[in-house]
Amino acid sequence: MDITYIILIPLIPFSVFLLLGIFNQQIKPAISGYIGVIGLSISALLSYYAAYQYFFVYGKVDEVYQTFVKKTVWMNFTDTLHIDMGILVDPISVMMLVVVSTISLMVHIYSRGYMKGDDGYTKFFSFLSLFTFSMFGLVLATNLFQIYMFWELVGVSSYLLIGYYYTKTSAIAAAKKAFIVTRFADFGFLIGILIIGYYTGTFDFETLNNPEGSAILNWASTSYMGLSVITWALLLIFMGGAGKSAMFPLHIWLPDAMEGPTPVSALIHAATMVVAGVYLVARLFPMYYFVEDGFALKIVAYVGAFSSLFAAIIAVTQTDIKRVLAFSTMSQIGYMMLALGVSGYKGIEGVGYMASMFHLFTHAMFKALLFLCAGSVIHAVHSNYLKDMGGLRKYMPITNITFLIAALAISGVPPFAGFWSKDEILVAAFENNRLLYYVALFVAGLTAFYMFRLYFGIFWGKETKYEHIPHESPLSMTFPLLFLAFMSIVAGFVPFSELVTADKIGFEGHMDYPLAVVAVAIGLTGIIIAWLFYKKENDLAAIFSSFFGIFYKWTSNKFYFDEIYLFVTKKIIFDHVSTPIARFDKKYVDGTMEGIGNKTVLISNKIKGLQSGRLQDYAFFFVGGVVVLALVFIYIWTN
Amino acid sequence: MIAGISIYEILTLTSILFFIGIYGFITRKNLISILISIELILNASAINFVVINKYLYPEVLQGVFFSIFIIAVAAAETALAVAIIINLYRQISSVEVKDTEIMKY
Repeated sequence: MDITYIILIPLIPFSVFLLLGIFNQQIKPAISGYIGVIGLSISALLSYYAAYQYFFVYGKVDEVYQTFVKKTVWMNFTDTLHIDMGILVDPISVMMLVVVSTISLMVHIYSRGYMKGDDGYTKFFSFLSLFTFSMFGLVLATNLFQIYMFWELVGVSSYLLIGYYYTKTSAIAAAKKAFIVTRFADFGFLIGILIIGYYTGTFDFETLNNPEGSAILNWASTSYMGLSVITWALLLIFMGGAGKSAMFPLHIWLPDAMEGPTPVSALIHAATMVVAGVYLVARLFPMYYFVEDGFALKIVAYVGAFSSLFAAIIAVTQTDIKRVLAFSTMSQIGYMMLALGVSGYKGIEGVGYMASMFHLFTHAMFKALLFLCAGSVIHAVHSNYLKDMGGLRKYMPITNITFLIAALAISGVPPFAGFWSKDEILVAAFENNRLLYYVALFVAGLTAFYMFRLYFGIFWGKETKYEHIPHESPLSMTFPLLFLAFMSIVAGFVPFSELVTADKIGFEGHMDYPLAVVAVAIGLTGIIIAWLFYKKENDLAAIFSSFFGIFYKWTSNKFYFDEIYLFVTKKIIFDHVSTPIARFDKKYVDGTMEGIGNKTVLISNKIKGLQSGRLQDYAFFFVGGVVVLALVFIYIWTN
Repeated sequence: MIAGISIYEILTLTSILFFIGIYGFITRKNLISILISIELILNASAINFVVINKYLYPEVLQGVFFSIFIIAVAAAETALAVAIIINLYRQISSVEVKDTEIMKY
C-alpha cells in the first residue's frame, strides 16, 4: 500500500496556517474562512480515502491489519536509538485521522458563522489550522519523540485558542493554567520517554510494541523501588496522557479552558486533543499490557474510573452549560481509560481496547455536537448560564432536535451511537473487574441525568423573558449540527470489532443483552429523574439538593480542587520555597553583580576629574607620558 | 650641506623650534594660536628630515620627499582645522579653548 499521499493530510492544514498566519492583515475575513474550510475539506477527503483504502482494500493481509510505516532518520544517537520523522498507518491512526478531520472540518464550517464579525477572524482560522496540523502529526507519529513534539504543539495551539479573547483576564488565566498544568504533566512524559530510550534503546513504536520484542520480554531486567523501570516509564508516560486528557488530579485546567470560543471547545477540549491521552495509551497498549502483567494498565483503569465518577458528580451541580459539558468530557474520557485498563490483548479479550476506541470515535461525534449546540445557544442568548435560558425549543428548533439526539447518544439510549460503544465498555468492565463495572454503571446513570438536566434546562423549563428574541443560527452553524447529529445516529453501526482491535485481528462483535438492558434501564432512570426535576419549573431539584446539604456545596465548588492547588502553589511553594530562593538570588547573586557595578561607578567618579575637556590638558598629559616613557626606555637601555 | 654649519647646530635649531611649538600648544588660549604651534612642530620635524637626509645619506632623497609629504599633509590638516574652528565659532561665537570644554560630553 502506498501511503505517501497521507503526508499531505497534515501538510495542507500547515500550509493554510502559514498562509493565513503570514498574510493575516492582507487576507479579507470572508476569504480566510473559505481557505480554511477548503484546505480542511481536502484533508478530510484524503483521510476518508485513506480509511477506505486501509480498512477495505489494502490493509488486511491474512486476516491481520498491517502496520505501514514511512520514515526517515532525523537525529541519530546510536545505531538503534535515533529519532525518526515519518508517518505510521495502522487501525487506530487511520480511525483518528477520520475523527480529527471530520470534527475539524465541521468546526471550521461552524466557526464561519460563529466568529463572524470578530476582529481576529483570520487569526482564529490560522490557529485552528495549526491545531489540526499538530493533531494529525500526533496521530501519525512513528515514535515516542515525534509524538512528544506534536504533543507539545497541540498544547501550544490549545493555549493560543483558549487565550483567544486575550483582552479578557479570565481567558488569559485559563490559557496559562491549561498550558502550565499540561506542561507539568508532560515533564513526566518526557522523563518516561527518556527512561524508555535508555533501557530499551529505541523510541520506535513498532519495535516497542512487538510482543516478542526485547523491549517487552526484558521488562524485568532492571527494577526500581519494587517495580520494573519500564513500568515506571509507562506510568510517567501515562502522567503526560492524564494531563492532556484531564484525568484526576490533573483535570483542573479543563473546566477553565471553556473560556475559549465554543468551536474551540468542541474541537480541542471535547473531541480531539483531550483524547490524545487515550490515544497514547492505546498506541503503547502492548507495552502496557505485557510489562509487569499490566500493572501500569491497572493504574490507568482506576484513574480512569475515579475521574469518570468524580467528574460526573461535579457535572450534576454546575450551572455554566459549557462547564457541565467539560466535566462530562472528562467523565467520558475516564470511561475510555477505564475500558483500556480492563482490556486484554488476544481476540475477544481485547474488547476493552476496541470499546475504548469505539467510544472515542462516537464520543467525538456527539460531544462535538453538544458543544456546537451549546455554542449555538450561547450565540443566541449571549450567556453561558442555565439561569438565563429556558423554553428555547420554540426559538431554535434545529438546535433543539440535534441537542436532543446528542444527549440521547451520550446517555446510551439505543439506537444512538453512545449506546453501542458504552455497552462494549460495560461488557469489558463486567468481565474483568466487577467494582469498575458498578462504577461505570453508576456514571452512566449520572451522565444521563446531567445531560437531560441540561437539555430540559435549556430548551424546556421556565419561560424566560428575553431582551432580544433568540433566533435559530445561520446555515453555516446548523449544517455542522445536522451532519454531526446524523453521525451520532449512525456512528454506532460501524463494525468496530472487525476493524480496530488490540491484536489487529478482527473478531465477531456481539451484543450482551442482559448487560445492555441494565445499562439502558439505568440511563432511562437518569433521564426520567431529570424529566421530573427540570421539565417544568418546580422545587423538586432544590429539595433534593438540600437533602445532600454540605456535600452539594462541595460538589458545586468542584470539591475545592482549584483552591487546594492554589493553596499548595501559592501558600506553600511560593511562600516557603520560591520566596526564600528569590531573596537569596536578590541579595547574594544580584548583590555581588551590582556591587561590582557600583564599585566601578565609584572609582570612575573619583577619576573623572582628569577628563577636563580642555585640549591642552590632554596634550600636556600626552607629552608628559611621552617624556616619562622616553626616560624609562633610556634608563632601561643604558643599564 | 651648508659650509661652516654642522648638523648639530641645525638640529639644535629644530629642537628649539619643536619645543617652542609644544610650549605654544600647551599654553596658548586661542585655537588659532594652537594651530600655528602645531605648524611649528611640523616644520621642525620637516627640517629634521631634510637635514638628516642631506648630512648623513646624501646619495638618496627619501627624507626630502618625506618633508614634501609632510607639507602637503599639514596643508590639508590646517584647512580641516580652520574649517572646524569656523564652524565652532558660528556655534559658540568664540575660539577660546576653555569655551570648547562643552564638547567633552
